Amino acid sequence: MALVEAAALTRAFGNRRAVDRIDLAIAAGECLALFGPNGAGKTTLLRLLAGLLRPTAGEARVDGVALPGGAAGRAAVGLISHQTMLYPALTALENVEFAAQLHGVPNATSAARAALGRLAIADRADTPVRALSRGMQQRVTVARALVHSPRVLLLDEPFTGLDDAGSSTLAEALAELAREGAALLLVTHDVREGLALATHVAVMRRGSIALHEPRIASGEPDAFVRRYREIVSA
Amino acid sequence: MSADLISGPTRVAVDATPREMHRLAPPSFVTATWLIARKDMIVELRTRTALLAALALSLLSIVIFNFAWDPTAVAAIDLAPGLLWVIFTFSGLLGLHRAFGVEQADRAMDTLLGAPIPRTAIYAGKALGNLALVLLVQLVSIPAALVVYNLEVARVILPLGGIALLAGIGLVAVGTLFGAMTTSTRASELLLPVLALPFFVPVVTAAAQATARLMGGRPVDETIGWLKLLAAYDIIFVFACAFAYTVIADE
Amino acid sequence: MSISTPSARPARTIDGLLLAGLFAVAGAVTRAIWFTPVEARQGLAQKIFYIHVPSAFIALYVAFGLLAVSSALYLWLRDPRLDRMAESAAEVGLVYMSVVLLTGPIWGKTVWGTWWTWDARLTLTLFLWFVVLGLLLLRQSIDERSMRARYSAVLGLLAAILVPFIHISVYLFRTLHPRPIVLKPSAPSLPGSMLTTLLISIAAFLLLFVGLMRVRYRYATQRDELLAAEGTE
Repeated sequence: MALVEAAALTRAFGNRRAVDRIDLAIAAGECLALFGPNGAGKTTLLRLLAGLLRPTAGEARVDGVALPGGAAGRAAVGLISHQTMLYPALTALENVEFAAQLHGVPNATSAARAALGRLAIADRADTPVRALSRGMQQRVTVARALVHSPRVLLLDEPFTGLDDAGSSTLAEALAELAREGAALLLVTHDVREGLALATHVAVMRRGSIALHEPRIASGEPDAFVRRYREIVSA
Repeated sequence: MSADLISGPTRVAVDATPREMHRLAPPSFVTATWLIARKDMIVELRTRTALLAALALSLLSIVIFNFAWDPTAVAAIDLAPGLLWVIFTFSGLLGLHRAFGVEQADRAMDTLLGAPIPRTAIYAGKALGNLALVLLVQLVSIPAALVVYNLEVARVILPLGGIALLAGIGLVAVGTLFGAMTTSTRASELLLPVLALPFFVPVVTAAAQATARLMGGRPVDETIGWLKLLAAYDIIFVFACAFAYTVIADE
Repeated sequence: MSISTPSARPARTIDGLLLAGLFAVAGAVTRAIWFTPVEARQGLAQKIFYIHVPSAFIALYVAFGLLAVSSALYLWLRDPRLDRMAESAAEVGLVYMSVVLLTGPIWGKTVWGTWWTWDARLTLTLFLWFVVLGLLLLRQSIDERSMRARYSAVLGLLAAILVPFIHISVYLFRTLHPRPIVLKPSAPSLPGSMLTTLLISIAAFLLLFVGLMRVRYRYATQRDELLAAEGTE
């Protein structure tokens, strides 16, 4: 059974269809890399799958539970979006701890510390987030999303602001989670990183999926970029 | 610093895989409410912007009105009740916008909305945080007013605290909801008072009338009528606004 | 997708019902001024009553009632037509409320010498005026249709819940602070021809209200259809 599903999923804002009848399924252990130009609706799709938006039509399901649904449906999801989703006045540790507590993680403080450690930012645990650089904040953001070991990870440009060390740490953490049975949806403009992690590849354009294939079919990054350009300019 | 801080096994301290992790029990309504309220209070105590602004407005108003007042024309005991609760309302308004503003900056709201907690817990947590702020300001303002206007403190201070609590709940119930609405629209901060003030009128009226009777040493049953109105308002609007918040938050 | 939809009408024709309403109101006012006896105690100024009372009745019961009901129903059914109804009722209602708030003090000043009394109905109208104004400002600050409808409906419902509290507050306030002048703006017992004029007035203002609502509602529908046509291209 797929962990993440979209069935004729549609979301309109006023009369503009940001997400138009999308069908999607991501099983445990799979990672779908989603590419697409700005305004294609990728962020909206992510927010629908995170239970932050209500579909206009169709269904979004996580672990068989229709979203937004009740609170329980959101338990399995970890979300990284464009903004940091952090509280600037709180420390890195407090931010991650808060997220852990909201998900009912036992021993939230030590779980938070471990999550920060995984992202190699444990030494800044007691620094207020506003005093951290954007790259550091992104590490805290990732730690916050991973602290409750989500079965479903929805990632919107998670590599933003990360340096090489940070990027590879994140990539490792994501690969590990996929091996342990999580389903990943990765929205990114970074073709190399995306293809490296992906088991499946998709391209979104004007609210619809224009391309959906296994990773093997996509070939090398350069070849894929050429095909991608053709698709979005069509 | 423990050994697992170096990038080794990527398991959390609880040592569970995602498969096992999904059997976590999400927090209850009460726990979630408390977590959010506590977080809000910590943030506010660290930044102190709303607290100081509300306190400053409140204390300055008390002082300014003292200079605008002719003690020979109006006795302090006639002026103070209305004054007290009008100032309460406006200083309360200052803090209300901030409650949801704090979530907007980096979309921290998504953490709350994406968490496995009931939406009403977000409303209740924010309202509780706002209530704490309002009561804290009143803790300073009410004694200050009593002192500045030379009113008899001992007899009234405790009942006044009770009225402040009831009035605070009413203010915060409606104000938290409208704060949520106005921060997520294009509306400027000015829209919050415009929307909220008509709703505050029964609260201010009841609180001021009850206070006036209290200070005037009137029989208790006159005061009780107003307090019942206040309590009814609180109960009805807390539930109505909690429901309204689930509609608002449901994008 | 073309813009000319069944509900579109040529822009230049004025709506028949609205026209009828305007004539009806003109007729009722004429009757009130020239063909109704002058009230003994209050004199000529009493005739404002024939504008004030129908407007108050329609503003509070019809317009606001419509706003409250369509808000509540929208929260349940989520039908955009209910939102357009609420929007129209709010705007037209605001106009009627403004008439009440203008005629009330004029009447009060000329007849009783005071601009404002905390009369229950007048006070309620004042509060609802602010609330409806706030609602319209809120609507104006939201661009996205379904969000605007949701927020507006919530505010409409809360406003409806507020009404009894305002009522009780004013009642308690007035019983504990008896006014020296006892006002009866509604003058419950009216002689025959005055009552007839009042009823004609109410009917005329109601007709005008329906006419205004129709025009406003149609505007809202056309505006939404236009935006729909633009949006899907």
